[in-house]
Amino acid sequence: MWQLLYQNLEQTVSVILFCIGFTILLLQRNLIRKIIGLNIMDTAIYLFLASMGYISGRKAPIIAEGVTEAAAYINPIPSGLVLTGIVVAVSFTGIMLALTIRLYRRYHTLNIDEIALLAKGEDA
Amino acid sequence: MTLTQNFPFFSIILCMIAGIVTSILKPKAAKALTFFVSGSVVVLSVLTLSLTLRLDSAYPYMMGHFPSPWGNEIRIGRLEALMATGFSVVLCLSLIGGLRHSPAFVSEKKVNLYCIMVDLALAAVLVLIYTNDLFTVYVFIEILTIASCALVVVRQNGHTLVAITRYMIMHLFGSGLLLLGISMLYGITGHLLMEPLGEAVRAIVDTGEYAGPLTVVIALITAGLAIKSAMFPFHSWAPDTYAYAPPLSSAILSGIISKTYIFVLIKFYYRVVGMDVIISQNISPFLFVCGVSGMILASVMAISQRDIRRMIAYSSVAQIGYIYMGLGIGTTAGVEAALFQMLVHSVVKSLLFLATYELINVSGDRKRFRYLHGAGYRNVPAGIVFTVAAMSMVGIPFTGGFIVKLNLAISGMVFGGWMRSLVLIALAISTLLNGVYFLHTVVSIYRRPPGDIAYPPAEKIPPYALVALFASMLLIIYLGIGSEPILRVIQTGLMTFS
Repeated sequence: MWQLLYQNLEQTVSVILFCIGFTILLLQRNLIRKIIGLNIMDTAIYLFLASMGYISGRKAPIIAEGVTEAAAYINPIPSGLVLTGIVVAVSFTGIMLALTIRLYRRYHTLNIDEIALLAKGEDA
Repeated sequence: MTLTQNFPFFSIILCMIAGIVTSILKPKAAKALTFFVSGSVVVLSVLTLSLTLRLDSAYPYMMGHFPSPWGNEIRIGRLEALMATGFSVVLCLSLIGGLRHSPAFVSEKKVNLYCIMVDLALAAVLVLIYTNDLFTVYVFIEILTIASCALVVVRQNGHTLVAITRYMIMHLFGSGLLLLGISMLYGITGHLLMEPLGEAVRAIVDTGEYAGPLTVVIALITAGLAIKSAMFPFHSWAPDTYAYAPPLSSAILSGIISKTYIFVLIKFYYRVVGMDVIISQNISPFLFVCGVSGMILASVMAISQRDIRRMIAYSSVAQIGYIYMGLGIGTTAGVEAALFQMLVHSVVKSLLFLATYELINVSGDRKRFRYLHGAGYRNVPAGIVFTVAAMSMVGIPFTGGFIVKLNLAISGMVFGGWMRSLVLIALAISTLLNGVYFLHTVVSIYRRPPGDIAYPPAEKIPPYALVALFASMLLIIYLGIGSEPILRVIQTGLMTFS
């Protein structure tokens, strides 16, 4: 069991990181911490993907110095997926930060529970 | 290759180009372009549907220059074309009926930004319906999430901000699970296109190697998409978002976008994993239990609401429960009923949100039931369409909702013993509960208004909006009395789906 986990060290670490990330995202009440949790969660998946595509001893899949045989490079698809994922995560972080700014300007707190209470109080 | 075969691609690219162009247009032109795009997508989808009905099987359509196991492609079959047609018709009618209210929730200068999001959402919905590639699914689910976030948050109001923050947190969590699931699936199979993936998964099931990871993958992707489509225990984001979003956005979100996620899930089950594996891995009983508890508990919560829009939002969660119950039954008949429910509910729910807004409007923007008394007289057309939509929700014959419940009951009949009774009893209880809150609402909009409340003078609904509302209403009745051809398309489409 432990040996298996050690052999797949990157995957083990990334799953642990993923769990840390989503726990922060769901349980922390502070919006900024939630956003950090989101980023940890996404980064864990990129580690997972990148480690899956890596073949030790080979180079990044960019054709240089005229070497064209596939055996010289690592699997390019996971790297491509990671790049796409990073773009998505950046845009989501941006949107969440924008929402946080709006909420903070309105309610002067970052705690989501307090914000919900204050919003409810606006009705009365 | 005929020209018609390109139409799904054209409709996707048309929406995307329109989304880009709209950003530099004046508000009026932006609205006109959005109407034009949604209308053209309806026409293109109908033509695609008629083409696929002539063909025996679905055909793949290569996107880019790399052939099948490496490149990206979309797949066009009957079921996809039917869903695209249904959703684009609903979007088109909702836009005609609802975009005229835009001054109430977005400043005139920013209407074009709202239109961009509608175009992008439509593009993402179409891609998710047609795509054959799992990573494209992930990317466009994220685009759809961003677009729907923007559709909601245009209304600058404390409740909306809080609701959308909750929405985003739950959806980002769902996306994370989905992405992890897709990455693990890629790790154990080495494919992202659905056909090679399906073969690889079958090999995994046959040999038994990586059986554990496969179960984890199925669970992750199911949970991710269930959160995003507001399946019952994960529905916490839905009521607030639907209730505080602008009416048109609620109609699009609950009518079209949440159904798209379920369609992706059905696609994953049928085309990648295979329904037999879903049943043998005990995923479908889980969906069944969630669906049934959603049908009943969400209805109970709907009864306790004082705000009409929150009530309709909870009823949305209950109706999603019907879809998951159909999926959870696991037979072909159950999935067919679920697919038909997706079409019916998308028409009914978008109409309900728009009609409710009209009723609230003539009651001085007050959403409590007490103030809605007599709203059916102050705005006669909205009252009529609301009543018909509510009847479909309850499942009165000659409306779409009746056919859904009938088909669900029939699909439950294949089981013996307690499972059959469970399906029938759940349907009976939820119908009763639906009856309680929808008929209560219909009665209350036709009650004599209390004398001490002053109502604003009724504004005239322009003819084009009336046409849209009544067209949706007729569509509901058509789904109730002329459902045979549509059910047949779903049946034959599902046969060629896997």
